Amino acid sequence: MSFSASDPTKPYAAPPEGFSSGSELERVLRAGKFAVTSELNPPDSVDPADVFEAAAPLAEVTDAINATDASGANCHMSSIGICAVLTRARIETVYQISCRDRNRIAMQGDVLGAAAMGVRNVLCLTGDGVGAGDQPGAKPVFDFDAISLIRTIRTMRDSGQFLSGRKITKPPHLFIGAAENPCVEPLDWRAQRLQKKVEAGAQFIQTNYVFDLPRFERFMTRVRDLGLDENVYILAGIGPLASAKAARWMRNNVPGIHIPDDIIARLEGADNQGDEGRKICVEFLQKFREIKGVSGVHIMAYRREHLVAEILREAGLTER
Amino acid sequence: MYRLRLWAVKRSYQCERLYTALEAALVKLHPLFEKIGYNRLERPVAVVERAAKTLLFDCKMCGQCVLSSTGMSCPMNCPKQLRNGPCGGVRPGGYCEVKPEMRCVWVLAWDGASRMKEGHRIGNVLPPVDRQLEGSSAWLRASREKALSLQVSVDAERTSLARAFPTARRAEPAAAPLAQEPGNTAQGGARK
Repeated sequence: MSFSASDPTKPYAAPPEGFSSGSELERVLRAGKFAVTSELNPPDSVDPADVFEAAAPLAEVTDAINATDASGANCHMSSIGICAVLTRARIETVYQISCRDRNRIAMQGDVLGAAAMGVRNVLCLTGDGVGAGDQPGAKPVFDFDAISLIRTIRTMRDSGQFLSGRKITKPPHLFIGAAENPCVEPLDWRAQRLQKKVEAGAQFIQTNYVFDLPRFERFMTRVRDLGLDENVYILAGIGPLASAKAARWMRNNVPGIHIPDDIIARLEGADNQGDEGRKICVEFLQKFREIKGVSGVHIMAYRREHLVAEILREAGLTER
Repeated sequence: MYRLRLWAVKRSYQCERLYTALEAALVKLHPLFEKIGYNRLERPVAVVERAAKTLLFDCKMCGQCVLSSTGMSCPMNCPKQLRNGPCGGVRPGGYCEVKPEMRCVWVLAWDGASRMKEGHRIGNVLPPVDRQLEGSSAWLRASREKALSLQVSVDAERTSLARAFPTARRAEPAAAPLAQEPGNTAQGGARK
């Protein structure tokens, strides 16, 4: 990862000409390079060392690290906290914001706070339902949806205003991202939904796991038909599956995960399932590179972060 | 009622026509409404509206009805109350992540929109709900919004919100209202 200056003790810097942020990720994508992002397993601790330890296997081999915001509705260190810690070490982060836990007042404030700490990439998410997590009795907020959040952040950045119209004296410079799940229903409308996100202001997309190439290719065909690949950078999501059992568990228990039976059968038939999972991941990475309109990949290697460097090497994606 | 809600989406084309006619009628009645006073009308109209729309659409009286932009499938029935499309957690067969026995509101919405004349409206980016308007009549609001000249002085917050969502403002003005709210509705009462 190349480091760029972001020092909270210095005045907030304007982005380079033609850029919406000082983001490394934005620079890589605009330069037409194939980007690699990954997400870190957030610690259940206050120790910054734990954040660095989680980031260590990813920082050198990726363009940016996503800090998840209580994904799966499980409580961990906050994404804004993780970003603040990593940014101090000049590690590029993607600050994930979910609409599940905060209302519009908190979220707009957090966006300013995150930008002040040096965050330059945000990923706007709806968020999994609270029932998916370890505290299902929590109140789901969903004051914004992901799309109104995107538009709000764009308004903050480009018009220098809160949604209330109140002026922001120094607006945030952010590269705005969103998620898409190309392999789940309504399959026929996923590209249109993506179009809506782009219309709202999304500049890059990180998808959920793509383990179904035919579905993804169909989605990308529609994306190209709508001309969206010209207007948004799409990073296809993938990760190494640990075993057939783990894949089945994920499919049944984590919202929005689609893993076709043939992938699970392949894992099941392998002598070393973990190794097979890694191979599958590498194969998908190579296939993604050949699909027109795919600008990069997003690797979600939960508890298998140590494999990411090797996977990227095998896929020929080490040039950073 | 869930069954009737599914039925309404299946007949989204007819519902759309009914709604267009209703809206035109309400706009025509605007001068009369003004004479009677929107304040006085608010409660009785809201009662009728709630009854009719609860039966047909499982209406939650958000006060900012966008049915015509959501394939006649009310987005407030989404457990996450998403106003702009489905989340990424839709289950196989198009069922809800949070309520697995229910069809995803947005799978239905896109299906409904595909049969509507103005179905393309589903592509418009809609603003977040103004929670102050909950419980008030969206019909009267639509009537005011469509009928009134919008050159009224409005406060900067609402102008800014409407500017941030221009297409929604055009297609579904009640979702990003600009017109003066009558004196003692939820909105008027809460604002100084």
